[in-house]
Amino acid sequence: MRAAPRRRRRVPAALLVPAIAGLAFLVLPLIGLLVRAPWSTMPQRLAEPEVLQALWLSLRTATAATAVCLVFGVPIAWLLARVDFPGRGLVRALVTVPLVLPPVVGGVALLLVFGRGGLIGSWMEDTFGIGLPFTTAGVVVAMAFVAMPFLVVSVEGALRGADERYEEAAATLGAGRWTAFTRVTLPLIAPGVAAGAVLSWARALGEFGATITFAGNFPGRTQTMPIAVYLALETDLEAAIVLSLILLAVSVVVLAGLRDRWTAAP
Amino acid sequence: MTLLDANLVVDRGAFRLDLPLHAAPGETVALLGPNGAGKTTALRALAGLEALGGGHVRLDGRDLDRPADRTWVPAERRRIGVVFQDYLLFPHLSALDNVAFGPRRRGARRADARAAAAAWLGRVGLEELAHRRPGRLSGGQAQRVALARALAVEPTLLLLDEPLAALDARTRLDTRAELHRHLAEHAGAAVLVTHDPIDALMLADRLIVVEDGRAVQTGDAEAITARPRTDYVARLVGLNLYRGRAAGHTVHLEGGRELTAADPLDGDAFAAFAPTAVALYRDRPDGSPRNTWHATVSGVHRHGDNLRVQLDGPLRAAADVTPASAAHLGLGPGQRVWAAVKATEIRVYPA
Repeated sequence: MRAAPRRRRRVPAALLVPAIAGLAFLVLPLIGLLVRAPWSTMPQRLAEPEVLQALWLSLRTATAATAVCLVFGVPIAWLLARVDFPGRGLVRALVTVPLVLPPVVGGVALLLVFGRGGLIGSWMEDTFGIGLPFTTAGVVVAMAFVAMPFLVVSVEGALRGADERYEEAAATLGAGRWTAFTRVTLPLIAPGVAAGAVLSWARALGEFGATITFAGNFPGRTQTMPIAVYLALETDLEAAIVLSLILLAVSVVVLAGLRDRWTAAP
Repeated sequence: MTLLDANLVVDRGAFRLDLPLHAAPGETVALLGPNGAGKTTALRALAGLEALGGGHVRLDGRDLDRPADRTWVPAERRRIGVVFQDYLLFPHLSALDNVAFGPRRRGARRADARAAAAAWLGRVGLEELAHRRPGRLSGGQAQRVALARALAVEPTLLLLDEPLAALDARTRLDTRAELHRHLAEHAGAAVLVTHDPIDALMLADRLIVVEDGRAVQTGDAEAITARPRTDYVARLVGLNLYRGRAAGHTVHLEGGRELTAADPLDGDAFAAFAPTAVALYRDRPDGSPRNTWHATVSGVHRHGDNLRVQLDGPLRAAADVTPASAAHLGLGPGQRVWAAVKATEIRVYPA
């Protein structure tokens, strides 16, 4: 008997069966969405002003929230990765709290701080005459709050993976820390920053709990896609399916954009 | 005149670097030593990538680091160029932009910096590869870009960390010759770190042998190769080295053996002889050799055209024999032989 050149090892049923069941569990709802979609009326439905309004608001606010995450999150990540300060572990834990916090709780917490009677909210109201709750800016704040950890974790990982000695080489060539960061480190970790930004953007796009708590539900101002889906579910199931399909399509596009990064085997 | 005047003291747990270091303009000093001796730490302290715990770094009349006075000039404000062991060329920039990076940071306009960088790439013979990214350069080319990048800031002090270690043997030979030319042209001082004695001997005007954080021997190539003072240096230059006490023509070695040398000396002394000076015999030789002992062969290796025989016994030594005489003696591990060294072949010098 001659051994097969590439003998395939048997997969134990105890692992195979739950794996297949799990896959079905993940994929079936998406198929259900596609099967139940009102394909014949889809073009009219997509052109409805409420749909376009919610979609446009979602895209705008998610992008703005991602920008906020980049502006504040990249420096946080740099501090965590490069500066050895007391309480660094605690800061890292605090940054990741929104990751595990129920978004509704996040929304309540934001209200307590930025709301009319809140710590910062009352001061902002008195000084600038602006309030964040129940405004489009409030949507961005709520989204940034829940999406920031994704960016920080992703960028900090990239920074830790990047060879710190490039920064030393830059220093010997006359670059201060800021110049070394912008000219050397940032270009080196650009893929990590991009991945973090996409993750944050996807998280912001899907945000529901914190948004509805902090910014409410005003069509055209704070009614984002997920909120529109939820409300449509009570009145018009088909509309909810259409809105969901749009979000699904956006997610698939994002995943396709990251294909090489995450769906390739490590 | 001294351009660089440093006393590098760095404490790191059980390890302590304590190394005085001086260099004149145009001089190249090599720090030679085994891995872990503290050579790279010394270089990092000079570059300002690591702070001293004590001592000082003074370059061109200006204190760069002196903990006693709380004087500290960060790396980016020292006029020191560094060629790193693995070059650390910025992978996202072309060779030209890598070299232009330093001049840009020192205030040159973009066009001027690039022109200067192109000139430096020309000097190292790489102008046609100016627009390549480091990932598409060979090891030897990357080394030359790294050298051009370090020189482009016109440093008062040039530091090179194992500049040839990452190259294959053939490239190494060419690059070493070229590096020697650039070091000769460099007006400032240069400090080179290496564990390769050939690099040190070929490139440096002066050698400092560093072991365990301290300078164990200083001098030019000739002095160090002729009169090694530690086992490490003796091994590097291929000599058998013993320490003892000389009284006239006799050196009493630690461990009780004696060697007879032609030149008389008194006091603590080193005795050294080359492996080629050792003759091996199957039977006790007749005649005059005073230094004769019975030894056991512990190993035989190729060494150039000859065989190097490791001898165990009252006097551990290496002996070089031709393959013919090895065959004649039937040399193999465990074999007992007689070894002899003529008195005139033994160098004795004060410890």
